[in-house]
Amino acid sequence: MDLRFGDSKPTDDERRAVDAVLGPPESAWEGADDRSAEDLRWARGGREARERRDLLLPGLHALNDRVGWISEGGLDYLCRRLTVPPAEAYGVATFYAMFAVRPRPAQVLHVCTDLTCAARGSAAVTAGLEAEGVAFEPSPCLGLCERAPAALLVRAGVERDEGQAHDPAPPGPGSSLLGALGGQAPTAARPLNSAVPGGTTRGGGPTRLARVIAPATVGALAGVARNPEAAEAEAPAVMAVPQAGHAARPVRPGGRVVPTLPQTPSGGTPTALRDDCPQPHALQLLRRVGVVDPGSVDDYRAHGGYAALRRAFALGPAGVIREVTESGLVGRGGAAFPTGRKWQATASQPDAPHYVVCNADESEPGTFKDRVVMEGDPYALVEAMTVAGYAVGAHRGYLYIRGEYPRAYERLTHAIDEARARGLLGDDILGSGFAFDIEMRRGAGAYICGEETALFNSIEGYRGEPRSKPPFPVEKGLFGKPTAANNVETLVNVLPILTQGAEAFRATETKLFCVSGNVDRPGVYELPFGATLDELLDLAGRPDTLRAVLLGGAAGGFVRPDELDIPLTFEGTRAAGTTLGSGVVLVLDESVDLPRILLRIAEFFRDESCGQCVPCRVGTVRQEEALHRIKDRTGEAAAGDIALLREVGQALRDASICGLGQTAWNAVESAIDRLGVYK
Amino acid sequence: MTTVPLAPPRRLLEFTLDDTPVRVPEGATILDACRAAGKDVPTLCHGDTLTPKNACRVCVVEVEGARTLAPACSRLAEPGMVVRTDTERTRHSRKVVLELLASSVDLSTTPRAAEWIKGYGAEPDRFGPEARRLGEEPRVDNDLYVRDYDKCILCYKCVDACGDQWQNSFAISVTGRGFDARIAVEHDGPLTESACVYCGNCIEVCPTGALSFKREFDMRADGSWDEEAQTETTTVCAYCGVGCNLTLHVQDNEIVKVTSPHDNPVTHGNLCIKGRFGFQHVQNRV
Ligand code: SF4
Ligand code: SF4
Ligand code: SF4
Ligand code: FES
Repeated sequence: MDLRFGDSKPTDDERRAVDAVLGPPESAWEGADDRSAEDLRWARGGREARERRDLLLPGLHALNDRVGWISEGGLDYLCRRLTVPPAEAYGVATFYAMFAVRPRPAQVLHVCTDLTCAARGSAAVTAGLEAEGVAFEPSPCLGLCERAPAALLVRAGVERDEGQAHDPAPPGPGSSLLGALGGQAPTAARPLNSAVPGGTTRGGGPTRLARVIAPATVGALAGVARNPEAAEAEAPAVMAVPQAGHAARPVRPGGRVVPTLPQTPSGGTPTALRDDCPQPHALQLLRRVGVVDPGSVDDYRAHGGYAALRRAFALGPAGVIREVTESGLVGRGGAAFPTGRKWQATASQPDAPHYVVCNADESEPGTFKDRVVMEGDPYALVEAMTVAGYAVGAHRGYLYIRGEYPRAYERLTHAIDEARARGLLGDDILGSGFAFDIEMRRGAGAYICGEETALFNSIEGYRGEPRSKPPFPVEKGLFGKPTAANNVETLVNVLPILTQGAEAFRATETKLFCVSGNVDRPGVYELPFGATLDELLDLAGRPDTLRAVLLGGAAGGFVRPDELDIPLTFEGTRAAGTTLGSGVVLVLDESVDLPRILLRIAEFFRDESCGQCVPCRVGTVRQEEALHRIKDRTGEAAAGDIALLREVGQALRDASICGLGQTAWNAVESAIDRLGVYK
Repeated sequence: MTTVPLAPPRRLLEFTLDDTPVRVPEGATILDACRAAGKDVPTLCHGDTLTPKNACRVCVVEVEGARTLAPACSRLAEPGMVVRTDTERTRHSRKVVLELLASSVDLSTTPRAAEWIKGYGAEPDRFGPEARRLGEEPRVDNDLYVRDYDKCILCYKCVDACGDQWQNSFAISVTGRGFDARIAVEHDGPLTESACVYCGNCIEVCPTGALSFKREFDMRADGSWDEEAQTETTTVCAYCGVGCNLTLHVQDNEIVKVTSPHDNPVTHGNLCIKGRFGFQHVQNRV
């Protein structure tokens, strides 16, 4: 290859930002300014640097975090260091919503205007900000739906690590959740290793400051925009788990008392009941959230952590796969593929190395369960990824987390560093001789990167465009090698499978649901398989005038208030002509303007289409246009455009390369057919 | 498909194509099988010298047991597969894809587009006059070729030809996302400030005329471009020892553009700047 890097020079700041990721350049061939006598004699670089192309995304983050945008000089320097063609890197940088290639202010306020936030008043917030003259950018779902409307403030070039450096203490004796909520110094506050180098985007001077503001009010946002440091502490992760047991939690004023559900089959010890939310069964996946200190591996071990990994080592890789297969666990990302089969297929590939990828790029509007797990119980994910690596014969795992989750990123970075320091990651885990380590990758604002093959491309430093399948990832995945890709919820299920055994697990298997919208207690719910939508709404506190429930997110479908006896299982929802998808349960009451919600869904798909294939790239535009035309029409006046929508929708479903295009018409179709929205 | 001389014999596999059993060599695509069987499956992003990106989706076929349609151009034939190329579903998708394309870009210089639009009964106008179009202005920033992205269907062929599939210059890439995705050079600047080496291999593979010789662009603009009246003569480039084949397109006794035969086993249709653009000296008749 014959690369040309242009004449634009990086600023000192940009150079330092890139060097913090890649280390200083070793020769002029690698981008150093001065030529040494040796440089004139030998040409070096190239292959080695090219093999680290997966550092392109972290490098772009480093520039964007320090300067607020990616300049020509900065990008060219990064390209020279990695021997990546600038045209390709430019194509990558412009793919992601969080990057800018034109100058912009160092501070950007992202205000979510997506489904749940729209249903809970984001329009009033944005109008208020406009009136106050506060600059902001409308954003797709930030994954904070239980606290909608939500906002995220990002400021580049701040002399400190990203995220909130310390967290409110986990609730425990003597600590008050209310205190933490009110922003008072939590009792056991502890800096979360802001000085630990390790992850590739850490260390090395100014980086970004990211603050979550949710629920967002005009006043709070204006205040934070002026002084981000003064932002109130974010509510602890456990506040998103209404079922979690806290005697300390006061009854929500006006909270409805809900009748207790009949006891469902359960194992383990039931957690204490929270006063305003009945606890029909023991929590399995969420049981440590709010109980364990997310910053302490010792506390994690004190709460049963690393028992699963020990059991895995005792069983051997084939034994782990057998156990997972027998448990009947299927992927929770939406496709419901048997996890054991996937692991078996990866493990048995002759090609090497094998990889494990954790898909933590949860960007489906209305989804936030993985965030809550990662924030509340980060070591569980580290342990589960280690188990997966052991089972499929991988020595490296990649954790790809969405860029909008500063706290989850911070906690997992810390957890990985600490696990490494304790020999729970590294060359010889727990003295077993098994070597495994995890690299974190931060997404940069692209829903499509949740599609597993797009995610591989994103990690590898290419545009996050899905690849066509076959070949499947178990055969040719990350870096073209056999890869087991699982999402967070799927992986953490592996822990109870190993500690309880496959059979016991089958009896108590649960599913996480993200309940948001017009309910009394939005949050993540954990229910045994077989519970109905009705029962879930009982727990969450249903609205007085239920209009519809969007099940499975933007790619899912609407169900009517008279269909609530749908069992929340993969088969049950499929039989009812809808889908569990990513576990979204977005509840809408009569106050919601459905045609506008549909428009938002269409806008979302149009915006998030990678643009690779024609049905999706143009079809989503035509879908949005047709919905615009009929937003105030019904009956005959809408019939022509509905027919058009059906035709385009069928082609989207049949001919698109990936799931995004294939599902882009699902919700709209169900609103037309099941809710009769334009009748 | 490119012929590789003296390749080891490949095993044949059998599958069912439109209710007829067919045998193709291992590694053949469904499209290869269709073409061998004399079936006309429309393609846009498939190129005979490139690995297709299967992005245009006009070649979709029905594979029994699959949830979605499959791109014939890239799906490998498997033994026992049951494939149908001309069903209501495939015709529907092709029709809608053609409508979507024709309503958003200018297909006037895309060979066969008009024929397929008619054949599949596509009506690009039914999305209404307000339907969003690319609306790009031609980029004329050098004397050799013009980038008229209003005609671009984002087939990725030029990117692949410029990048790792042929030229290894990596001067162009897809930028942006979704409907805003475009082909561009680094920092979206002019071609003259990019890594482009003007081999013109991107023009060679562009299926729509979005990339064209400056001369062709100008002649189309003033109405003097007349493909019917052109003759094509294949000869050998005399600039260097590689000896690439050149096909001279001549109109009114003037070379108007130079292409290269794709079935040439050495060049596969690729040339360098001299062979592709350096023909003026031939017609300096002072
Ligand atoms: S369906 Fe949409 S998101 Fe998926 S590859 Fe095609 S354009 Fe990209
Ligand atoms: S310019 Fe031509 S070759 Fe390149 S993507 Fe567009 S249509 Fe394809
Ligand atoms: S086209 Fe270029 S490489 Fe080929 S023979 Fe002519 S000068 Fe040589
Ligand atoms: S020719 Fe097959 S998808 Fe374009």
